[in-house]
Amino acid sequence: MIIGLDVGGTNTDVVLIGNDLILRQTKVPTDHSNLFESVWTGLEEITRNVPPESIGRAVLSTTLTTNAIVEKKLADTGMIVCSGPGMDPELFRTNDHYFCVSGSIDHRGREIQPIDPREIRAITSRWRTAGLKHVGIVGKFSVRNPKQELEIQKLLGDDFDFIALGHRLSGNLSFPRRIATAYLNASVYPIHKRFFEAVRSSLDKKGLHIPIYILKADGGTMSLESSMNYPGQTILSGPAASVMGSLPFASESEETLVLDIGGTTTDMAVLIRRAPLLDPVGIELSGHKTLIRSLKTRSIGLGGDSAVRIVDGVLNIGPDRQGLPMTYGGPLPTPTDALVVLGKFSGGDARASFNGIEPLADQLGMSVENAADHIFSEACRKILEATDQMIADINSKPVYTVHEILEGHQVKPKEMLVLGGPAPAFASRLAALTDFHVRVVPQWQVANAIGAALAKNTSEVTLFADTEQGVAVAPEENFAQSVKRDFDKKGALKLAFDLLRKKCIQQGASDAEIEMEVLEELQFNMVRGFYTSGRNIRVKVQVKPGLIPEYREIAETLFKDNSPSGTD
Amino acid sequence: MMLQTKTTTGLVFFPAFDWAISATHPEREERLLYTQDQVLEEGLLDVEGLIEYKPDLATVEDIQRVHFCCPDERRVITESHLISAGGAKKIGIEVMEKRIERGFALVRPPGHHAMRVVHGARGFCNINIEAIMIEYLRQHYGVDRVAIVDTDCHHGDGTQDIYWHDPDTLFISLHQDGRTLYPGSGFHNEAGGPTAVGSTVNIPLPPRTSEEGFLYMLDEVILPILAEFKPDLIVNSAGQDNHYTDPITNMCFSAQGYAELTSRLRPDIAVLEGGYSIEGALPYVNVGIILALAGMDYSKVREPDYQPEKTRQSQDTTRYIEKLAAVIMENREKNAGLLEKHRATMKFSKRERSVFYDTDQIHESQRENLRVCPDCSGALAIDSDTDRGNQIYAVHIPRKACKACQELGYQWFETFEGKYYDRVFLQDRPRDQYLVRGVKR
Repeated sequence: MIIGLDVGGTNTDVVLIGNDLILRQTKVPTDHSNLFESVWTGLEEITRNVPPESIGRAVLSTTLTTNAIVEKKLADTGMIVCSGPGMDPELFRTNDHYFCVSGSIDHRGREIQPIDPREIRAITSRWRTAGLKHVGIVGKFSVRNPKQELEIQKLLGDDFDFIALGHRLSGNLSFPRRIATAYLNASVYPIHKRFFEAVRSSLDKKGLHIPIYILKADGGTMSLESSMNYPGQTILSGPAASVMGSLPFASESEETLVLDIGGTTTDMAVLIRRAPLLDPVGIELSGHKTLIRSLKTRSIGLGGDSAVRIVDGVLNIGPDRQGLPMTYGGPLPTPTDALVVLGKFSGGDARASFNGIEPLADQLGMSVENAADHIFSEACRKILEATDQMIADINSKPVYTVHEILEGHQVKPKEMLVLGGPAPAFASRLAALTDFHVRVVPQWQVANAIGAALAKNTSEVTLFADTEQGVAVAPEENFAQSVKRDFDKKGALKLAFDLLRKKCIQQGASDAEIEMEVLEELQFNMVRGFYTSGRNIRVKVQVKPGLIPEYREIAETLFKDNSPSGTD
Repeated sequence: MMLQTKTTTGLVFFPAFDWAISATHPEREERLLYTQDQVLEEGLLDVEGLIEYKPDLATVEDIQRVHFCCPDERRVITESHLISAGGAKKIGIEVMEKRIERGFALVRPPGHHAMRVVHGARGFCNINIEAIMIEYLRQHYGVDRVAIVDTDCHHGDGTQDIYWHDPDTLFISLHQDGRTLYPGSGFHNEAGGPTAVGSTVNIPLPPRTSEEGFLYMLDEVILPILAEFKPDLIVNSAGQDNHYTDPITNMCFSAQGYAELTSRLRPDIAVLEGGYSIEGALPYVNVGIILALAGMDYSKVREPDYQPEKTRQSQDTTRYIEKLAAVIMENREKNAGLLEKHRATMKFSKRERSVFYDTDQIHESQRENLRVCPDCSGALAIDSDTDRGNQIYAVHIPRKACKACQELGYQWFETFEGKYYDRVFLQDRPRDQYLVRGVKR
């Protein structure tokens, strides 16, 4: 049996999955001021009277670090950045304890200017006095050569609880994003550590020594232990949970658009033959652009509880939520109230919905039913507009070879999977408005928790080799090796796959989960004068997000029963 | 804290990682690799107001507005040329649609050595990507007066050739003196054809010119001429081989210098041309140009080995440049009455020349015949043959041709007979038409 738990904005959903069925599911209201309580209550309820040894694992997706960042409740963190020439590093300042120091590495990983240990010692002593415990160290091009970040780390000594090194967080280029990523990892570390140590010890106390995994924003999992090194990877796992939950139901041969229609927002993602599309660079949260791997998602401020108003004679939905729908005693009419008026959703007080929409209907010069229908259609139209934009955005992504320009794949989903509260009603209207083949995700109420439960480990390895300099490096993996002149792309890929396998196992993956693929393989002849002086090789390999293999078939049977369907 | 550009700036980045002239040629896959690394690592694409676009594919029709390709377009270009020209075109469209204020097409292969007639590649160029963009914008957006400032180290002889007879296109080339570098042209007395005198300006700089010299010419010659010309659009052919580390030239320009030049020139559109110091110069020069276009601070962009005192030009060079600037401006004054004089005294103007295609090793001979028209820039006929045995006759009717020149162009095209000619072409710009006819052998 496995447990999936997803902390959402309103509810925390938990499922216990057995061999071929959902054994238990439960919902606990999320208490944002005491997330531990919500998680713990959920875990207690789902494991009541279950023999501990029969539980194989638990996967948790929480809003802990996300909320800490959004609410700016971050630990005081010291930042040291080594920039060298280029944009002024002051532009990327994260907080007060941000220091730009000497040192520079160029695009090929050559040291241009050494660091100055005196500067580092001076900063360290200030931080000691200030009582700082968490530090980020980031160098420009440190992913080509981590030497200076490591030297600085050594100079800092043992006085700090957590040091985030830029080169360990991602193999991708972007100095500003590396700075933001290191900062977020260091500054959410204590809250992440405290929380999950509490979860761990509470489970242990109950005799539940089950392995715990944490869901990441890319729809993959990592072990609790390895999350302590990369706490920033846990942000925004919520949208990923829902996408993973819809996976078994998606077409194996087509492209699919996943819509999660919630109370406040609608989140969308794209699946290519059951594999979620990833963001090419990294997640953006609360103004922080990062290198944290994530699913490519788009979120719009339109959900079942969005405020509906008439502005200058025109109907306007969202982007704000002013509370519950009127049918549940809320202050303003919402799309949910429109569904209640149309008889597509039972809700609470139907009269309240009707009374709420009536004044809007008067202003629009329509009957209340027509106004409700207009609201519903408008909500669907806005969602479809956003999906079109998302697809266009994916397809306009620049490519850098003649081959890709001419043969480049264009994403054109034909299938749409809908989940979230008002999913059935929306699905049938969306189907009427488009050519999409629209379906509701079965078990849509707990698809997010199921998605968390069944998600497998994901990882990525970036390897860079320069045979003129005779090196192959994967700084993210703390790997460097000298290579001969005949080292080539084939050798680089083999090396990268080996590193990836090792990384997955370290993060708690089972052998069967490790399905590897190549994301990027570039090899350039370096010509100096008129002679080839070496090869410049860049490869990137990954384990793509998906469901753990032993549960793949189970997942399909899980979803077969009692699929709710709506009428329009 | 969101980083924001002062000027909304578009970028097409197309490094053509799978295309080269040949394995060890300077124009090879690796050329923009380190530039891409630097641009990505600086995080430039995350700056608000800096927008990256995918290049369009230029079409055969786009090429036919500019060139006479022999035997036809497909046989003198590769797909990569269509993308490179399409990249420039995309930036042009975005500027015209006002979605961006300025743009930079960081594309390869380059184009400024491609002339009106194309038998093959010269100076690493097959088709002229700036001219293709400009004529597209003229056709679709009604742009009229365009200034091209070519800051590549090599004379932009292809662009000069295409616009030699066009009084509405000001072509200014700043380059290393033709006595010391390919293509060996671009002397200051080359000032445009009989009906477009003064619309070509050449500024041949001595070897080892540094920032001071470039910026002096910019302030004293280029900017005043631009102010007088009042272009609707300024295009910068932004070659980067004036750099002190470039392996095939002899100048002493720097990333700071390029950024400063861009900042003062304020081009609407910049298009990459040459530049072959792919590690030491391009990453820094391109970041400098992008920041300058975007109106952002570029003061910290410098090459790792930059020491301005080491590359500073000599006193002699400074004096030479000052004198040259004065001569160029004096000549412009002297030339002021030439257009009227030509119209009063000439009916037709003929010129003969030979063109060498260094990249493809082709020798071409051309005989040009221009009608020195009192009302427009005049119909133009080009008779061209090569040592490969190709021979064509091509007629160009300019964009603002008068009725008589239009009729003459058609008459030339329809009545031309020549025993050994492969094809006869007509480029009818007023009707945006391109006609081809075979000739009996």
